[in-house]
Amino acid sequence: MNLNEAPSKTNNSFLEDVIKASNVNIQACYQCQKCSAGCPVVSAMDIMPNQVVRQIQYGRREKVLSSKTIWICASCHTCSVRCPNDIDIAKVMDTLRHISLKSGLKAGEGEIPIFHSVFLDSIKATGRIHELSLILRFKLKTRDFLKDAALGWEMFRRGKIKILPQSFTGGRDIKGIFRAYEKGRGI
Amino acid sequence: MKDVTYYPGCSLHGTAREYDESFRGVSELLGVNLHELEDWTCCGSTSAHCTDEALAVALPVRNLTIAAKYDREMVIPCVACYSRFKAAAEEAKEHPEYLLSPYEGKVSLRYALDFFCDKPMIEDLKSKKIKPLSGLKVACYYGCLAVRPPKLTGVKLYENPDHMDRLMELLGAEAVDWSYKTDCCGASLVMTRTDIVTNLSQKILGMAIEAGADCIVTGCTMCHANLDTRQAGLTVEGEKREIPVFYFTELMGLAMEHKDVKQWLGRHITDPIKLLSNKGLL
Ligand code: SF4
Ligand code: SF4
Repeated sequence: MNLNEAPSKTNNSFLEDVIKASNVNIQACYQCQKCSAGCPVVSAMDIMPNQVVRQIQYGRREKVLSSKTIWICASCHTCSVRCPNDIDIAKVMDTLRHISLKSGLKAGEGEIPIFHSVFLDSIKATGRIHELSLILRFKLKTRDFLKDAALGWEMFRRGKIKILPQSFTGGRDIKGIFRAYEKGRGI
Repeated sequence: MKDVTYYPGCSLHGTAREYDESFRGVSELLGVNLHELEDWTCCGSTSAHCTDEALAVALPVRNLTIAAKYDREMVIPCVACYSRFKAAAEEAKEHPEYLLSPYEGKVSLRYALDFFCDKPMIEDLKSKKIKPLSGLKVACYYGCLAVRPPKLTGVKLYENPDHMDRLMELLGAEAVDWSYKTDCCGASLVMTRTDIVTNLSQKILGMAIEAGADCIVTGCTMCHANLDTRQAGLTVEGEKREIPVFYFTELMGLAMEHKDVKQWLGRHITDPIKLLSNKGLL
C-alpha cells in the first residue's frame, strides 16, 4: 500500500465525482465539526454537514444523494467561511444537489426540488418571475392551497402582488439557455 | 449627476415594491441617475444554482451582456441577485462553455448597500439636509449574502460587519450591538419548509428585541419578507411582541424627508408607522 497516494485515487467513484464537479478538496477535512456547529438549519438535517463530508469520503453515494440535508441547506455560506481547512461546503452542497437531480434517486425533501423546477419553468415561460403565477403553479403541484392564503391577501391589499406578468422580449435568449440546459441533462 | 445601470430583479417588481420605490427615491435625492437595464431577465436565483451550474451562470450573464453595452457600473439592490451576478461573472471566466455568447467580464457590479456606504455617496449624503432619526434604535441585519462569501462581496468584517451601522448613525439613529447581524433567516425555504423559516426568523426578531432595538434594518428582499411576515406568535420572555423591519433605503428616505415615505411604509405587513409617529419621526 502506498501511503503517499491520495485517498481520492482509490476506486471511490463518488468521492472522485464530487471532487471533480465541485473542485473542492474534501480530503482536507479533519472532522472538527465547526461547519455543523454554525449551520443554522442543522436541526432539520438528517446528516450533519461534517457527516456529509465524511460520508462522501466513505463513498456512500445513495445515502448522501437521497438525504434531506442537501435540500435543507439554505446556501448561507457560514460553514464555508468558517472551515479551518478552506473546504467550500456550500459549494459541495450545490454539487450534491446537481448530482442528485441527475441520479434519478428519490429526493429526501420532495417539495424543495419541485419548487426549484417550478421556479425554473416560470423563468423559461416569462423570463422574469411573476410571483403570483409562481405560487399558483407550485400550489397546483403540492395541492396545499390554504398555506399562507391570508398572508397573500394582506400582501395584495398593500399593493405587493401584481396580477399580470410583465411583457418581456428576451424570449429567444432564454429559450436558448434552457435548450442548452435540457440537452445537457438529457431531457 | 452620476449615471448607473439599475438591475431591479423580480422581487423589486413585486413583493419588494417598497424597496424599488425607496431605492429610486433616495437615488434621485442623491443625484444618482438610474437607467433600468432594458429587457432584463431573472438571475435564476436559488433555484438555478441548486439545479445546474451552467444555468446558474448563463442566466445572470445574459443580463451582463446587455449591461456591457454601457460604460456604467450596475447597481443591484436585491442582494440575492447581486450574489448570483458576482458568482456568475467569476464562473464565466473559467467556464466560457456555459455561455451562449462570450462575455468579457467588464461590467462593474455594486450592491446597493455597498454603493451608498461608499465614500463619495456618504459625502453626498452629508451635504444633504437631514432630519435626524433621533431616538430610533435600529438593529442592522445584514443576513448572509451581503457579507458572504467574502471573496465575492469584498466585505472584510464578514462576521461582524458595521457599514450599515455607520450609515444609520449618520442618519441620526442609534445602531444597537447584537450578535445576529449575519445569521441566516432560511431564505427561499419559506415556500417549502415554512416551519424552519418561522423558527429562524423569530430567533432573529427576538434577539433584536432583547438587544433593545425598536426596529430591524435590512437590505435583503428575502430577509425583509421573512422577518416582516413571520411575526405571528412571536414572544419574548413570555410576552407577545412585534418589531417593524425597514429597508435601509426607507430610513435614508425618511431622514431626507422624501415625500413618498408613508406610501412605502404602508406596504409592510408589520406596521412601522405607529413606531415612527410615537418617536415623532413621521
Ligand atoms: S469545518 Fe471543515 S474541517 Fe471541520 S468538519 Fe467541517 S468540513 Fe471538516
Ligand atoms: S451553507 Fe448549508 S450546510 Fe453550510 S452552514 Fe449554511 S445551511 Fe448549513
